[in-house]
Amino acid sequence: MVAVPASDPFVPEIYRVRRVQRELPDTVTLELAPASGARPSFEPGQFNMLYVFGIGEVPISMSARAADDGVFVHTVRDVGAVSGALARLAAGATVGVRGPFGTSWPVRAAEGADLVIVAGGLGLAPLRPAIQQVLADRGRYRRVVILVGSRTPTDLLFKSDLEEWRRRLDVDIDVTVDHADGDWRGNVGVVPALIPRAAFDPRDTLALVCGPEVMMRFTVVALRDAGVADERIYLSMERNMKCAIGLCGHCQFGAAFVCKDGPVMRYDKIAAIFAVREL
Amino acid sequence: MAGLERVIAEQPLFAGLDRPYIELVAGCGRNHRFEPEQYLFHEGDPANEFFLIRQGKVALEIAAPGRAPIVFATLGEGEIVGASWLVPPYRWMFDARAVELTRAIGINAECLRGKCEADHHLGYEMMKRFLPVFVNRLHATRLQILDVYGRH
Repeated sequence: MVAVPASDPFVPEIYRVRRVQRELPDTVTLELAPASGARPSFEPGQFNMLYVFGIGEVPISMSARAADDGVFVHTVRDVGAVSGALARLAAGATVGVRGPFGTSWPVRAAEGADLVIVAGGLGLAPLRPAIQQVLADRGRYRRVVILVGSRTPTDLLFKSDLEEWRRRLDVDIDVTVDHADGDWRGNVGVVPALIPRAAFDPRDTLALVCGPEVMMRFTVVALRDAGVADERIYLSMERNMKCAIGLCGHCQFGAAFVCKDGPVMRYDKIAAIFAVREL
Repeated sequence: MAGLERVIAEQPLFAGLDRPYIELVAGCGRNHRFEPEQYLFHEGDPANEFFLIRQGKVALEIAAPGRAPIVFATLGEGEIVGASWLVPPYRWMFDARAVELTRAIGINAECLRGKCEADHHLGYEMMKRFLPVFVNRLHATRLQILDVYGRH
């Protein structure tokens, strides 16, 4: 499922920022349209290398199945020099884009099974294209469970999507926050704690998990405790990706390179090294 | 089985517990209904009853001067509210508030503690069932205070 564009993968294509949507004070969603030619197709879970000229390049997952095939949609949180520069871009600005790269969520492999999607914080962004694809083909899946964790209610990402998904009668969605005051009517607690409360058949479930690595570790424990087999759990890993095509080794994770063997990785393939420190 | 015994036997916490013990636990139980915003108990109250939620949602919170109460956990169907009934001096360390209409079984703590003292096998069964719940909550609390979604 590794898709490398036919052109030189080291040469960025010029894209123009078509729209900027501020999601949170430090997080924006950018719609990027190619300055010329067509946008390459991509699968949910894949990422692009976004290049802010004169500053640098970072890997950012696609955060939406673009309704308009002409654009890439990326959600960026300002956590450093490049992501901060991306978060400050205005409509009309240009960026360099290399990609799409990496593996994708096994959305088609999950057809006919229950699907449990667990997102923590900004981890909802790489999962949103998968959710959108599943909901567009809802009849192909059995139970669909979406569990979302956030720091506080005001930190919740994609609130309008969450509300839309909650209105659907064919999706079980549960949202929890780590900290809240009495005005919050929803759950308080960590997102792995929602797993024992969710209704799904663990023997025939595929689980897609994305969030901070600590959160994913606890989520894997909860999924395994619920009876989901290791080979049916998929995680989106994050490492320091540079070349994005498995040459430079910056994102090496054991014997794998996260940029080409990931970011989406099957848990049983990485279980032995998942908890190894400094890896 | 009588109504309350059947309901208690259906709770995940008591799954597989021998029927005579179910009857002993049920002998300490009664049904409760809490309206939204009604408190199950307050910090400092004697922990003389704990609750099995049958339906609804309960927020555990700590009051702080000059600000809204801080909710640190919510519990739902099939979950237990309260551990302080197990540990001297048997006083609640937080408030428990029904977020929505909540139906629960209250178990008289003094009654159940007495039965556990009289029959240590029952006491051991209770410990085996309650301890994992509280250890899992401890793990969850550790994850919660790590603030994993913060800027790092």
